[in-house]
Amino acid sequence: MSEIILEANAINKSFHDPVTIPILKDITFTVNKGEFVSVIGRSGCGKSTLLYILSTMDTDYEGKLYIDRQLMNNLKERELASIRNEKIGFVFQFHYLLNEFNVLRNVMLPGIKLGKYAVKEVEHRAMEKLKILGIDDQALKLPNQLSGGQKQRVAIARALINDPLIIMGDEPTGNLDKKNSETVFDIFHQLTKEFNQTLLIVTHDNEFASRTQRIIEMEDGRIVKQ
Amino acid sequence: MNSKLIFEIAKSLLLARWKQSMVAAVGVTFSIAMFITLLGFMTGLNDMLDGLILNRTPHVRLFNEVKPNPQQPSNLVKGLGYVLIQSIKPTGNGQNIDNANAILGALHRDERVLGVSPKVTVQVFYNVGNIDITGVINGVDVEAEQKLFHFGDYVTKGNPADLKNVPNSIILGKAAAEKMMASIGDVVLVTTSRGDRQSLKVVGLFQSGLQDLDKVQSFASLATTQKLLGKPASYITDINIKSVDILSAPAMANEYRKLFATDAEDIQTANSQFETGSDVRSVISYAVGITLLIVAGFGIYNILNMMIYEKMDSIAILKATGFSGSDVKNIFITIALTIGFLGGLFGLIFGFLLSNIVDRIPFNTAGLPTIKTFPVNYSLKFYVIGMVFSIITTYLAGMFPARKASKIDPVIIIRGK
Ligand SMILES: Nc1ncnc2c1ncn2[C@@H]1O[C@H](COP(=O)(O)OP(=O)(O)OP(=O)(O)O)[C@@H](O)[C@H]1O
Ligand SMILES: [Mg+2]
Repeated sequence: MSEIILEANAINKSFHDPVTIPILKDITFTVNKGEFVSVIGRSGCGKSTLLYILSTMDTDYEGKLYIDRQLMNNLKERELASIRNEKIGFVFQFHYLLNEFNVLRNVMLPGIKLGKYAVKEVEHRAMEKLKILGIDDQALKLPNQLSGGQKQRVAIARALINDPLIIMGDEPTGNLDKKNSETVFDIFHQLTKEFNQTLLIVTHDNEFASRTQRIIEMEDGRIVKQ
Repeated sequence: MNSKLIFEIAKSLLLARWKQSMVAAVGVTFSIAMFITLLGFMTGLNDMLDGLILNRTPHVRLFNEVKPNPQQPSNLVKGLGYVLIQSIKPTGNGQNIDNANAILGALHRDERVLGVSPKVTVQVFYNVGNIDITGVINGVDVEAEQKLFHFGDYVTKGNPADLKNVPNSIILGKAAAEKMMASIGDVVLVTTSRGDRQSLKVVGLFQSGLQDLDKVQSFASLATTQKLLGKPASYITDINIKSVDILSAPAMANEYRKLFATDAEDIQTANSQFETGSDVRSVISYAVGITLLIVAGFGIYNILNMMIYEKMDSIAILKATGFSGSDVKNIFITIALTIGFLGGLFGLIFGFLLSNIVDRIPFNTAGLPTIKTFPVNYSLKFYVIGMVFSIITTYLAGMFPARKASKIDPVIIIRGK
């Protein structure tokens, strides 16, 4: 049996604004190492909400979350931050690159923060990630000098810098045109195949989902198919 | 490693908004510069006034007050029924300090004593034509006076050393000299209260800065004064003592009063009201400096709030990628402290330059012969306090926005996109 990277056990979440509305109901599933999983469902069914919980950024929920077999509930803010830093890579719909830093530095920042390698080594690794994504020639540009697709690839490179256990994406291709979406999908695919990278990607794009190894389908805050 | 990274991020945020950051820093610079200048100037003024009174005032003064004998005749004849005694007059040696030489010797050996200056004061009349002007001649040991009380600083014309070198010489108070129309080289006639007359040669003019004093005070050597009085060389009316530590003066005065059986007065008792003025000036300087700093603090508070508002996205992604709340807080506190430190540093430099300019502004007043420009004190203490103040203010100004930044919930920001 392959290794379990992420486990959600009976996760429930409600918003209390202005009245209590349950958004996530009894979410239970696991993700194994090397899996490429997509999450689909109608707009408003709670996909993003779930992803924020799984990414440890949202701690206001019931149920249990394990990442790398470690229980996330009760961890302190600082400990969760270092888990995100070391074990989780993010790609959002928006790229969230820091305009004050060049592309290379943007990719390096979480690596320097981790402090596992010397800065020089982090730089070398960042260049390698950029090379995988085919944008190593843009390394010294500032983010606002790049196209939308290029920015998103830089964001993916940044997510990869610490060799995370899992990459989570919330509609990472949502802002991209057909061709760029295709490229990003190919990159994800290559990551699972060549580097055995685990991916959990929320998407609206059913065609995108159909090409992943496993689809989790949500409806009204429940998992209806996985 | 982490702190280096935080510093790098802080620096880039600061540079991205360098104009506003600079305006905030200039606010700090301005307030620190004003603080330094004001405090330097006020303290300079204090020092000057201290110099005017404290430097010339002995820390402890030994003298004999003319007063009734405590052992009154009625005490001596106690038990004899009614005693009628009339017209008891003060008795004894008058103002002379008994055993002055032995006391001087004892004081010289006392380690708390920086120096002693014996003095003979004598009431005289300056005879100008038909008119007599009252005056006081202080017979002094010129060298001791110079060393302890900066006598020479106040001799505006002539050489103080001549008092010793020229027999029967006198240094007149400037106002008194003007009344007599006497200048250096002239001879003035004085009469003591006992009627002895003496001509004295004017070798200098003295200006204390206190007009009333200059109308009556003159100086002569100890020997000249003793001769004027027809007293021997052991005749001393005052012993002025400068102590090593001015704060120990009251204790020393108490001790000497008992030990030497004379009157003793310390500087604190003699000038108790004096400190108040100095304190008020210091308080004003600190109040102005701190007010300016608080205004500058609001400038920093503003720029940080603006940065945080603008950089919500950056803060969100930093948190998403593993920076903790306290890392984010440290980034913004670093920004605030950098502004405060640089602003403060330039404030010190400009404060120093401004003090220098004030120091050059001519300030001539008849009362203060030694002062030619505005007095400024360059104590390192003010610069240290200025720097510490600027750091503390900017830290406080930065802390609230930084705490706000550390509490930003990345989920809310990311969801908002
Ligand atoms: N802060 C909030 N307060 C109250 N309700 C909220 C809040 N955030 C989200 N919701 C509600 O939670 C539900 C799930 O939102 P979520 O963003 O997870 O949906 P989604 O599946 O990601 O939708 P989409 O595909 O459009 O992105 C929605 O009905 C939304 O209105
Ligand atoms: Mg969503």
